[in-house]
Amino acid sequence: MELLVASGIGALTAAGVYLLLRAHTFPMILGLTLMSYSVNLFLFAMGRLAISAPPLISDGAERYADPLPQALVLTAIVISFGMTALVVALSVRLRFDSGSDHVDCTELVPVVPDAPLSPESAERQ
Amino acid sequence: MVGHLVIAPVLLPMFAAALIVALGDQRRASACRAVSLANCMALVLASIWLLVWAVSNEPAVYVLGNWQAPYGIVLVLDRLSALMVALTSLLSVATCWYALRGWDTRGRHFHALLQLQLMGLNGAFLTGDLFNLFVFFELLLIASYGLMLHGGGVARQRATLHYIVYNLVASTLFLFAAGLLYGVTGTLNMADLSLQVAAAPIEDATLIRSAGMLLLVVFAIKAAVLPLCFWLQEGYRTASPPVACLFAVMTKVGLYSILRVCTLIFGSDAGAGADLAAAWLLPAGIATLAFATVGVIASRSFGMLVTYLVIASAGSMLVGVGTFSQGGIAAALFYLVHSTLVVALLFLLAGEIARERGALGSDLLPGPALAAPVRLGVVFLFAGVAASGLPPVSGFIAKIGILQGVQDSPWAYSAWVAILVSSLLTVIALARAGSMLFWRAGASASVDGVPATAMVPLATVPAASFGPVWLLVVALIALTAGARPVQSYLDATGMQLMSPANYVDAVIRPVQSDRDEEINVDGDRLRAGQPPAGTTSAQHSAYRTAL
Repeated sequence: MELLVASGIGALTAAGVYLLLRAHTFPMILGLTLMSYSVNLFLFAMGRLAISAPPLISDGAERYADPLPQALVLTAIVISFGMTALVVALSVRLRFDSGSDHVDCTELVPVVPDAPLSPESAERQ
Repeated sequence: MVGHLVIAPVLLPMFAAALIVALGDQRRASACRAVSLANCMALVLASIWLLVWAVSNEPAVYVLGNWQAPYGIVLVLDRLSALMVALTSLLSVATCWYALRGWDTRGRHFHALLQLQLMGLNGAFLTGDLFNLFVFFELLLIASYGLMLHGGGVARQRATLHYIVYNLVASTLFLFAAGLLYGVTGTLNMADLSLQVAAAPIEDATLIRSAGMLLLVVFAIKAAVLPLCFWLQEGYRTASPPVACLFAVMTKVGLYSILRVCTLIFGSDAGAGADLAAAWLLPAGIATLAFATVGVIASRSFGMLVTYLVIASAGSMLVGVGTFSQGGIAAALFYLVHSTLVVALLFLLAGEIARERGALGSDLLPGPALAAPVRLGVVFLFAGVAASGLPPVSGFIAKIGILQGVQDSPWAYSAWVAILVSSLLTVIALARAGSMLFWRAGASASVDGVPATAMVPLATVPAASFGPVWLLVVALIALTAGARPVQSYLDATGMQLMSPANYVDAVIRPVQSDRDEEINVDGDRLRAGQPPAGTTSAQHSAYRTAL
């Protein structure tokens, strides 16, 4: 199980880094999301992997899972969710304001294919 | 005792932000402004109280929810955190005051975001828990994203997107580092981490040191250290002037974290993690300083020049901190206070100049004559002298301090050359910028075919708007005049940082109550340097054997 979890985290991170370096907003957001998934799994694994062990004190339990990483993961999920929402909103806004989905706004593409560029975008070009 | 006042710098802005959102900055704009400014002033009062208290006492610990350390989260007030909170509060008054002139109406929720940013900053300075530090980092970052976007426009959006993505990656690394440290030591409380890292077996050293280096990378991104500083220039240059003024303290959060973590957890007595950063910080500081100086000389607008001064100040402070000596740290802290104030002043000044020059902005091109050349010019001269480290202003004292602090280190010669050459080139760049902005005004030049002389200044500066600028000037003069008491405070701060045992003792204190005997036993064991008998580590050994 350790091998599976460890290689899963590694694969997610690698995919995340690859997408992040694509320099276009949509793949970049996907990359950031994958990286936050991988870090959440990593945090979870840092409490050690335990099967069918309750995190809270309960009758008849012989061993317990560490509850703290679970709380940390919960916090990290909430934060990364909010951050992703913000990046999505900003990227969409930048896409329409600048006429490009490149992170440096260098490759201008019309919002609707075959439609002429808006005067503002054309001016920037 | 300071009691509940320790948490005031976190709670006050939180409630103020909630109140401002509830009032609605569209409907009751003046009420929102009043709440915001009043809260900034309340923060100044609270932080002065804390600062005075920190002068004469050991670190104060505020136990949140009365969950004793190392299980609960604690806030710790020592000399360093009191200083940082006071500096932030002072800057918040200047920011808020300047924004009242009209910047806060160029977008929504300025004051709410400002208060949330203050909450994040103060929390990061006060917390004694590594994961809590992450949470406060995120808080101050998400508010700073909103503030950086304030005013709108494609340039700001693009710079903010870069800033956000850079920082999201940094946050991911922070989580990896915190998770790794927890996995090895079973704790996230910084004082407890200090004990656990020191007591860790040698086979865990690789993991602990990797986690520590990851943390350093994260903090270096925040502090704008050379290979990780490229998010800063565009972001700070395009940010609106009051926001840039507040952001002067943002890179200092990174430096504060480096200082805290490297002295407390990875200090010279830390066993497996000992002297983690000692070999890296000083050369990194020198490289950052060299890079920033080239940037200062090459800048084609005054706003850009100031952003490179921010990076240069990060480099200079890192040179002082990198010595890991009491004198070096004290000098770096003096430089920290000085450079934060000076950079904030320069950002406000760049805003004023850009405003008067209309479409030219703060570009270093001959432009229309300024409406208030004498007033702006005097402040420019003062700020320039302070920024480049010429006598008699505090920058001179700060730079002398760093030169003295670094003289026993093996990097002394390189550091001296870097700091002195950087000062000289900064003087040249600022003199060139000043003569272009003030003396070549009205000369023939054109932007996009329009002669610059034909451009009318947008508006003349109302006298009241100069208030925050004078506030920062007065603060700098006070720092110069009161350099001796400030320096003795900072010397004691350096001493406190170099002996982390006091901090640890204050946090992991056996509780003197009959009901909490268990915790008492734990505390004694921890103080004796033995592994705690607490649930966490017992569970861990159980898991280890089970696996």
